[in-house]
Amino acid sequence: MAAYIARRLLQAVLILIGVSFVTFVLLYLVPADPARQIAGRSATAETVANIRAQLGLDQPFYVQYGRYFMNMIQGDLGRSYLQKTEVAALIAARLPATLQLMAGALFFELLLGLTTGILAALKRGTAIDNALMVGSFIGVSAPQFVVGILLLYVFAVQLGWFPIGGYGTLAHLVLPAITLGILGAGWYSRMMRSSMLDVLRQDYIRTARAKGLDRARVVVRHALPNAILPVIAMIGIDIGLFMSGIVVVESVFGWPGIGQLAWQAIQRVDIPIIMGVTLVSAVAIVLGNLLADLIAPFIDPRIKLR
Amino acid sequence: MTSERQQDNDTAAAPVLTVRGLRTQVATPRGPKIVVDGLDLDLHPGEVLCIAGESGSGKSMTSLSIMGLLPQPMARVVGGSVTLDGRELVGLGERQMRALRGAEISMIFQEPMTSLNPVLTIGRQITEAIEAHRPLGRAEARTRAIQALEAVRIPEAARRLTQYPHELSGGMRQRVMIAMAMACGPKVLIADEPTTALDVTIQAQILELMRDLRRDSNTAIILITHDMGVVAEMADRVIVMNQGRVVESGPVLDIFERPQAAYTRDLLAAVPRLGANAGRDGPARGQPGRPAEAAPAAPPAEPAPVVRVRDLTVRFDITGGLLQRVVNRVHAVEGVSFDLTPGETLAIVGESGCGKSTTGKALMNLIPWQGEIVIDGTATHGLSRRAMRPVRRHIQMVFQDPYASLDPRMTVGELVAEPLVIHGLASGRELDDRVAELFRRVRLEPEQRHRYPHEFSGGQRQRVCIARALGLSPRVIVADESVSALDVSVQAQVLDLMQELQDELGLSYLFISHDMAVVEQISHRVAVMYMGRIVEIGRRRDVFDTPRHAYTQKLLQAVPLPDPRNRRDHFRKLDGEIPSPVRPLDYAPPPQYFMDVGPGHRVAADPLGAAP
Repeated sequence: MAAYIARRLLQAVLILIGVSFVTFVLLYLVPADPARQIAGRSATAETVANIRAQLGLDQPFYVQYGRYFMNMIQGDLGRSYLQKTEVAALIAARLPATLQLMAGALFFELLLGLTTGILAALKRGTAIDNALMVGSFIGVSAPQFVVGILLLYVFAVQLGWFPIGGYGTLAHLVLPAITLGILGAGWYSRMMRSSMLDVLRQDYIRTARAKGLDRARVVVRHALPNAILPVIAMIGIDIGLFMSGIVVVESVFGWPGIGQLAWQAIQRVDIPIIMGVTLVSAVAIVLGNLLADLIAPFIDPRIKLR
Repeated sequence: MTSERQQDNDTAAAPVLTVRGLRTQVATPRGPKIVVDGLDLDLHPGEVLCIAGESGSGKSMTSLSIMGLLPQPMARVVGGSVTLDGRELVGLGERQMRALRGAEISMIFQEPMTSLNPVLTIGRQITEAIEAHRPLGRAEARTRAIQALEAVRIPEAARRLTQYPHELSGGMRQRVMIAMAMACGPKVLIADEPTTALDVTIQAQILELMRDLRRDSNTAIILITHDMGVVAEMADRVIVMNQGRVVESGPVLDIFERPQAAYTRDLLAAVPRLGANAGRDGPARGQPGRPAEAAPAAPPAEPAPVVRVRDLTVRFDITGGLLQRVVNRVHAVEGVSFDLTPGETLAIVGESGCGKSTTGKALMNLIPWQGEIVIDGTATHGLSRRAMRPVRRHIQMVFQDPYASLDPRMTVGELVAEPLVIHGLASGRELDDRVAELFRRVRLEPEQRHRYPHEFSGGQRQRVCIARALGLSPRVIVADESVSALDVSVQAQVLDLMQELQDELGLSYLFISHDMAVVEQISHRVAVMYMGRIVEIGRRRDVFDTPRHAYTQKLLQAVPLPDPRNRRDHFRKLDGEIPSPVRPLDYAPPPQYFMDVGPGHRVAADPLGAAP
């Protein structure tokens, strides 16, 4: 187990180095000029050149990346071009809000997705099944900014049940979490349904019924743990989907997390922040997958970590 | 003995289970279909009733109908009555049925590998069966579970409770299934092909166990099987089913010795009988029962072998740890040598994990191996894919599962043509003619070549596979359990076809099989494998009539014979598991020495010391 985690973390470091390199290359190729952004539109060419030299942007690519890399492995993600603050400090300040949002969304999508998926599987072929699958299809296909605005309009503006925006209480969390989680809920619902149907066909379910167990016990004890395994693997991947979702959702709801930070940085070509947020996202995805892999053996004893 | 018991049953106690006019219907894409049609049966306490039949006969549907376990909502009982101890089961509510299942009437299934829940411990699965029917506390249920495991002779019963199914062998899992089914002392046990998925020596253990349980608990058993050997070994009475209907029923001796229905006679005639070919050289030709034509003896004196294998070794690494280093090694095949001469069938027999299939794959160069293999004069070790290609024209393979080995998206004609196209041997009109000719060869209508695999039966599909293998005019065909998945009547036809092709084309077969009776029928020579090694090799007659190695003897002894008069009171010396070929890295296989015990008959002087 310890050896397994150690090896996975080692792999994670290599992945992060790869991610940093690819992101750096992409940002280098973007035609926007950070120096011009900082100096403003009215600045002279000389000022722009000065800023460029100051930031080292006039150096060849490999020098720039080499410097970033050396700092990165020492834990220094650089400073924002515009705010002059440490990127690490900026991210650290906003990370709790984002984690809260993600936890809320994960809770919502698992709650909704798993229950509807199980229900649909047990009621296979009925009107309930069809209705739930149409619902999940809408959940999967609805764009997040539309869902967000719709929820805001109905539940915050018209009904006034929830605050329109901001951050702090549980009431603030509800609408953003639903918006972020609705996509995943649709996915989980469909996945859980097909996984459950698959498991219900298995020989050991027939054995459980042949023993004279009641239906609830057959479903909860025998089918559920087996059916949920592929879903757990999915949670790891889900963290990655969240990362793209939070940029939209945080902007719609004015949620002060790293999604907003990233959005502002992208508009202003604030390369150190973009790099920092990308790396944090990569860490989240890697850890999410590791966590999913670590949970699986507790449910299925056949899975051996090695 | 048998007939005494029968008389007792016929006259004594009232039947515990009575079925009258049972009709079960299944919804198919082409409308409802009756799969069990008017079944009657009586089952007396302490009796073993065998329901025998081929696939699609409705025997499994019968058992699921009785248990109320038909797959919903596709299948349902549409008529008739099932009474258990005077109580009507048809139309009984799910709640009342549940109270009976596992308590009064239990069931075990064919696949012990998949019939236990992989994520729950053995202990949990047994205790919950007990707790569902008896008001017992945890500790009491646990004690009962241990007793149940001990009753099926599982060693270290208490420790097993904390184990998961994957930690047990197939035979052990089936014992657990039986323990679970018997835990509440049911009046009726339905066993649906309980030993079909097991190796023959393990099958013998399970059958003996079921006999003992019947004797000790007086439980009535319905044993569903396709294997007439198992029927002869176990049954008091037999019901033969075909296409949902009872063809014939009666005491076991009558069924075997005086079968009334033509179907029963055909079924029995198609069963390969171990010992049917005793005292004769060479393979049996044609179906047993038909006057055997003068079987061509094994090809005369030592022509150059078409396949030569020397010291073949296949090992698989098992990795683990931080750097995925090799921690263990599976010694799948260890120093195997044999020759295959033109026109000869060499059978490789053995139980699961003995290395017989791996040997076949090594011959095809599908896995990495060490040693020397010469096919038609070409040494194949280390050949690249490209260099291997011309060799493949001489050696082809036919697999076990004709369903899985045909691409469902290609027509059977395309499938048969594919090797010819790949090797650039024919195209256009000529290709079409060649394919049509191949279809005729394997007794399929050439017009059928535009259809897809799912439109064919299992036997027809296996013919397609054979046609595909024949396309390149190979000299050798590796047949890996090629008839094992087929019903006996179809199996007999495919075996006939293979022998005909051998006579016409001078093919050599490497016939890999676990079925001793089939091997006896088809092979010139036999190699018995155990733990990756050949332990005995020789002419079929010598190996079967005078087996010299302890393992060969054990294997032959374990095969149930389709002859109820020849029932063995109990299978002797058959305890024990099949050992694992996983070894530590520093394991050096002990050298193997062979003794010549007859012309071409060689037996390993056992290096492992004790006989297996």
